[in-house]
Amino acid sequence: MIPAAFDYYRPTKVEDVIALLEEHGDDARVMAGGHSLIPMMKLRMADIPHLIDLQDVSGLGGISIEGGRIKLGAMVTQHELINHDGLAAAAPILRETALQIADPQVRYMGTIGGNVANGDPGNDMPGLMQCLDAQIELIGPGGTRSVAARDYYEAAYMTDRADDEVLISVSFAVPTGGYAYEKQKRKIGDYATAAAAVQINKNGGQIASASIAMTNLSDVPVWSESAGAALVGTGCDANAVKAAAAAMLGDIDPSEDNRGPVAFKRHVAGIILSRAINRAWERA
Amino acid sequence: MTDKMHVKLKVNGENREFLAEPRELLIYALREHLNITGPHVGCDTSHCGACTVTLNGKSVKSCTMFVAQANGAEITTIEGLGNPAALHVLQENFREHHGLQCGFCTPGMITRAAKLLEENPNPTEAEVRFGIAGNICRCTGYQNIVKSILAAADEMNAAKEAAQ
Repeated sequence: MIPAAFDYYRPTKVEDVIALLEEHGDDARVMAGGHSLIPMMKLRMADIPHLIDLQDVSGLGGISIEGGRIKLGAMVTQHELINHDGLAAAAPILRETALQIADPQVRYMGTIGGNVANGDPGNDMPGLMQCLDAQIELIGPGGTRSVAARDYYEAAYMTDRADDEVLISVSFAVPTGGYAYEKQKRKIGDYATAAAAVQINKNGGQIASASIAMTNLSDVPVWSESAGAALVGTGCDANAVKAAAAAMLGDIDPSEDNRGPVAFKRHVAGIILSRAINRAWERA
Repeated sequence: MTDKMHVKLKVNGENREFLAEPRELLIYALREHLNITGPHVGCDTSHCGACTVTLNGKSVKSCTMFVAQANGAEITTIEGLGNPAALHVLQENFREHHGLQCGFCTPGMITRAAKLLEENPNPTEAEVRFGIAGNICRCTGYQNIVKSILAAADEMNAAKEAAQ
């Protein structure tokens, strides 16, 4: 499969990326690892006359853990997330999630920034970023701004990012307590039929706080405040888990596709969330 | 039609230069410009891994990278691992343990396995299976592929110990 022709740019400074985006508007797109964009271009579902490769842009990499916050540069790959011991100690849910994305070759190329920015409902990092209440940092002609991951997604492939902005990092407080990222997929490398990100804090045998987000069960990731609230104050007994799953089912809106009909997806979502809650509780 | 660009690659230790359109995929550049036909076009949709090469220390699917992105990179293909006169340990073990049937996926399997063993010289069977999850054998001969990789790991580790 051969994509449409394009002009290729490999700038080294983020200002030059912004200048190219301003010059070419809708006809330009930035590319990180390219593992979502290139297949779309090969299928000619995306026609990008001006392709801006971010691989040489300075300042977009790096993992920092400082002052109780974790910051991940947009170009950090899933492979780097998995192999960073400091990150695995501070926020093990990142490694657990990244290991369930695609396959080894894709993880060497695929980046956190691309996964978060693209707005594909099947991507796993957006839900996780909502679970962790991450801030997304964007840079544009007017400078940088920060958006909460919970406010970033508008519809499938539609986000708060303007056409002349670039996602440069994500950051979040070092998570505490138990965690789980549970994902049901048809085969290794597939997108989720349903997936759940859960962080739970425990105090005196009870759940003190819980954050729950779901992947690929709506046209955007779903942070279910009511599901988390259903767990708070309980000892994570079977009734509490059932109540949380019921609350979550009120927030998702899956559609039928080749991963199954709506009723099946809702069934799987309930099971996956229950497993994730129980695992996070055990680890809390 | 865009202009062709001047592409420089270091492939299997040799500097190569040629003209190509930026949109050409690395797999076609290797096969058609450089006549390096070890990496295969299996699915052309990023799924099967038959096109796997090592690029700047990463296992990548060369059907999912534009030649423009690869410009300046160091690449190792199956041709750079061994040759008929001097097989790579992995190639020896794939032969010994019948790690191939039709052989179409084999260059990608071995190139990927070489990187896997470099990063994890003592993998468990589960780690080997997880590590080659991006490579599909349409003959479904995984049992012997995994056996071959584990045997190669043992042989490489024994050689390392003997050398010390």
